[in-house]
Amino acid sequence: MKKILILGGGTGGTIMANKLRKVLERDEWEITLVDKHKTHYYQPGFLFIPFGIYNKYDVIKPKSDFFPPGINIIYTLIDRIDGDNNKVILEDGKVLNYDFLIISTGTQIRPDETPGLNEELWYKSIFDFYTVEGAVALREFFKSWEGGHLVLNIAELPFKCPVAPLEFVFLADAYFHEIGIRDKVEISYVTPLPGAFTKPRATKMLGELLNEKNIKVIPEFYLERVDNKNKKIISYDEQEIPFDVLTIVPVNMGSDVIERSGLGDDLNFVPTDKYTLRSEKYENIFVLGDASNIPTSKSGSVVHFSSDVLFENLMSAIEGRPLMAKFDGHSNCYIETGFGKGSIIDFNYDTEPLPGTFPLPGIGPFGLLKNTKMNHYGKVLFRWMYWHIRLKDKRLPIESEMSMAGKKL
Amino acid sequence: MATKNIAGISVDVNEEGYMTDPSQWTEAIAKELAKEEDIELTDEHLKVAKYLREEHEKGAVLTIRKVGKSGLVDIKGLYKLFPGGPLKKSSKIAGIPKPTSCV
Repeated sequence: MKKILILGGGTGGTIMANKLRKVLERDEWEITLVDKHKTHYYQPGFLFIPFGIYNKYDVIKPKSDFFPPGINIIYTLIDRIDGDNNKVILEDGKVLNYDFLIISTGTQIRPDETPGLNEELWYKSIFDFYTVEGAVALREFFKSWEGGHLVLNIAELPFKCPVAPLEFVFLADAYFHEIGIRDKVEISYVTPLPGAFTKPRATKMLGELLNEKNIKVIPEFYLERVDNKNKKIISYDEQEIPFDVLTIVPVNMGSDVIERSGLGDDLNFVPTDKYTLRSEKYENIFVLGDASNIPTSKSGSVVHFSSDVLFENLMSAIEGRPLMAKFDGHSNCYIETGFGKGSIIDFNYDTEPLPGTFPLPGIGPFGLLKNTKMNHYGKVLFRWMYWHIRLKDKRLPIESEMSMAGKKL
Repeated sequence: MATKNIAGISVDVNEEGYMTDPSQWTEAIAKELAKEEDIELTDEHLKVAKYLREEHEKGAVLTIRKVGKSGLVDIKGLYKLFPGGPLKKSSKIAGIPKPTSCV
């Protein structure tokens, strides 16, 4: 019996298990998936929890609902990967051998990497919205908050879902309008980037939208520490920004398993060929999604698009053929902008987000880099698509490879 | 693409003044480029520049955090050496492309 081992049963690991079990003969290939948690989180939904749009139960389901029959599932912690000997050692010492390994262990927030971040003000005046716990704690805080300075800060790059902090401040603006205290709330968007986003056209469009909504952008701020006593964030070059409530995107790092296995870079992300998605170190290890160091967004859309490429290349590797499929870095993000509107960006390694229509050229229904109601409906519907189509690897009407059709240069 | 005469040598630069061919770099050029940024080049600056060049050659993605972990200088020290935009300024002086964030 030959063995495929998948580490991590989030979006990536679940999609791969579904893809592989469909085509690999059960009497020939054993598929095993290891994860430490039994709950699958719909992570794009976390963003809505602080504003009372979703609650905790809208974003959680058991992982087992999405795994195909005919695979082994082990819920446990992983000690380390021994790539030289094709084996993985679990926390209890049990050894799993593999012919091929898929690493999809994701990225985690690490507030402990920033001095003062998770100390006395943590979940009192400082919150993250990348965990269900953080999002729920922030919801409770906002219920009785009467206003002041709301600071959103990104601690380090890269981080999961690069548009989420923008969506957060847009939704905050709308929320405080709705509850009638927007005039008592000052909102600042503090980023290590030179502007609202990384690429020129999206930065311009989003920068203007922030300005329109009276959200102040403070660029080039690289967080060193948090002063709990005086409620200030302080950068390496000693800029200080006082806050009443701080929503933080903490340092993102890959799993500790990657570090223990000596497979990661300085942030525990696995060096991965950005086209083939194979580990740079081992020919029988592939890396999917946030766990890799490929230079594109850490997002569900990237996982989805790149899973097609990884699948093709893994099948080639199994059959001893050269890896022909190439990932183009395709990413696609809905951006909630508040008041029932949204925007969409679509881009890859070489093409920055451009204006136009999506997915059908000239028709849409979605408008790229535009702020429309239809784009917002897309995001609302997406939660259903995620649970019912994406995880189970049914077809979505969007190609893996980015298309220039419908985009305007 | 343009060329610019720096320290008596004609080098290729882009519209923002970043060198496009790292092989044309010399320490004399670094000194001139540093002057343009109001930095008096010291051995400390040069050590960082050389480290960045080595890492760039290896194809590494350069970040402030990575330089901070290099053992040459910590992040605070890096900001003191290259005030304002440590990675951008040090990359310019090191004759390598402007660091970009990929997202």
